[in-house]
Amino acid sequence: MKTKPKTKAKTLYEKIWDAHVVRDSKDEPTILYIDLHMIHEVTSPQAFTGLETRGITVRRPDQTIATMDHSVPSTGRKSFPWLDALAQKQVEMLATNCKKYGITLHDLDSAHQGIVHVIGPELGITRPGRTIVCGDSHTSTHGAFGALAFGIGTSEVEHVLATQCLLQQKTKNMAITINGTLKPGVFSKDIILRIINEIGIGGGTGYTLEYRGSAIRALSMEARMTICNMSIEAGARAGIIAPDETTIEYLSKRVKFENNTEREQTIKGWREWASDEDATFDREVVIDADSIEPMVTWGTNPGMSVGITGVVPNGGNEEIAGALEYMGLTGGQKMQGQPVDYVFIGSCTNSRIEDLRIAARIMKNKKIAKGITAFVVPGSQEVKKVAEAEKLHEVFLAAGCEWREPGCSMCIAMNGDMVPAGKYCASTSNRNFIGRQGKGARTFLMSPAMAALAAIEGRIEDIRAHLENV
Amino acid sequence: MAKEKFQNFTSRLAPLRMDNVDTDQIIPARYLKATDKKGFGEHLFQDLRFEEDGTTPKPDFPLNKPEFKGAQILLARENFGCGSSREHAPWALLGYGFKAIIAASFADIFRNNSSKNGLLLIELPYQDVDMMHGDVLEDPSKEASVNLEAQTVTWKGQQYTFPNNPFMKKMLLEGLDDIGYTLSFGNDIDEYEKKMSDRI
Repeated sequence: MKTKPKTKAKTLYEKIWDAHVVRDSKDEPTILYIDLHMIHEVTSPQAFTGLETRGITVRRPDQTIATMDHSVPSTGRKSFPWLDALAQKQVEMLATNCKKYGITLHDLDSAHQGIVHVIGPELGITRPGRTIVCGDSHTSTHGAFGALAFGIGTSEVEHVLATQCLLQQKTKNMAITINGTLKPGVFSKDIILRIINEIGIGGGTGYTLEYRGSAIRALSMEARMTICNMSIEAGARAGIIAPDETTIEYLSKRVKFENNTEREQTIKGWREWASDEDATFDREVVIDADSIEPMVTWGTNPGMSVGITGVVPNGGNEEIAGALEYMGLTGGQKMQGQPVDYVFIGSCTNSRIEDLRIAARIMKNKKIAKGITAFVVPGSQEVKKVAEAEKLHEVFLAAGCEWREPGCSMCIAMNGDMVPAGKYCASTSNRNFIGRQGKGARTFLMSPAMAALAAIEGRIEDIRAHLENV
Repeated sequence: MAKEKFQNFTSRLAPLRMDNVDTDQIIPARYLKATDKKGFGEHLFQDLRFEEDGTTPKPDFPLNKPEFKGAQILLARENFGCGSSREHAPWALLGYGFKAIIAASFADIFRNNSSKNGLLLIELPYQDVDMMHGDVLEDPSKEASVNLEAQTVTWKGQQYTFPNNPFMKKMLLEGLDDIGYTLSFGNDIDEYEKKMSDRI
């Protein structure tokens, strides 16, 4: 009896890859088709100049979308000229380029302006099975929807504008399985910080990470985005989560369908984007969700972290010594009780409505500690609108926080929002690199719940001791 | 668009004996506001290179030492270029005068960005990189010769072979440009779009 030849089992990454191959060749990289290209003001100007020098145009303006997020002020931005003339020039150039090439731009007057990785999903254009790129390393965020999404440099932005394709080499596949249930007070930010701590900041280099397991399935889309967002902090090309009912429920509200048939067919198609059961991964990592504590970084990269009850490493190599010196911490000290000066709740990692709801629950009827400066910066105009309808901003303002306009703000500190040298910041962002939040600034990465608690207490505390509000 | 062809060269090494040098160290975000590719070299490693005032060179930083001035090869270590996707990082390295970087490993996006700008990344085993660091400390005047065709670095009379993607190598040696290459397959892209018009 003849058996039907079995097709090779594939990972979700391989399936998306195969569906986007324009040209494959033995000795040359694959030409991979890009479904959606998102652009912003900081990494696109030189790409448009490149097109002009070549005398060519944008191939698919209809598959390109733009917004302003990185260098835009988070306050007083409707009055020109801006204090920062160079930032103003960047947004003006983006507006001119979008107009010239017919690209939809969500500018500062748009109801959809916001951080690129927050607005893509909100607009319903981040979808399962799509290839999505942007000149920003946190493009991996969109992988939460079962899309293959990754960050590119400006030359590649120009490449996509010109050809709607990229030259790519296939990555390896890593499965990261999170089994079990998260304990109260532990969030998706803690999962990803724990993963980076385990595999290292270069541990994902050359891989696409697929997150799976019961603890991932239990997460909301917002929480999944936080995990995929920080895949790059482990060095990975991309992070991906296969779509399920949670994904479909989120997208059903945001994607416009012509009719019911189209709706059903599209959703049926989305469900097919999953790794085959017998697909092989080059590496597998398994973590028990019950073992994850609220995480805090103590050093100068996102892998230098510890559970809240843990202590800062005592000694070790030059890198640890250098990090402790920059951070002004002592080896062996506890993170719990560590004073902070600034609190930043925002960034493409943690500025979505769910993040703000959690932070507001903790800050409700409370005041931030004396001497603390706290910024709450919603990820998009939509997040801001919903938050204001729920009166979350009143909670933040009454507590003594700043409530700002959407953008990257104090995560990248390009727009004037920065932490002064030597000051400590409890931050929900993604990078604690030296100088990232301002020259000499010292960053502790943590979940929105932990950051909100740090604002109230004036120091890092264990959210699990304050669960009455969570 | 034709670019400058990569030429083999010989140079001293400027050592940066640190792991995980991120792109925020290579070029801090506050310098990303230019809308062209010029001037980033001035701010390469800005906060590592200069004192608080932003202009006084830190005497201990290798790039500020007279013996490493003019070196065209940066000797780094593990996971160089991690972090953001900013292409301003290779622009800054090239603008400063580097043509190649030797390291034990490089971050993914930085690797792509470098190749597109003709900055050669030379990946060697950790122990070889570490040995070179030791050698440079001992005698900063030693020179390395880079040969891209042969994919070798000659150091102290010994050849070290580095891996290179054949396509990338061809593009660097011939001064070819990725966009021109992909545009030459315009028909394939047209066909793909036609075939996939339902999905797109």
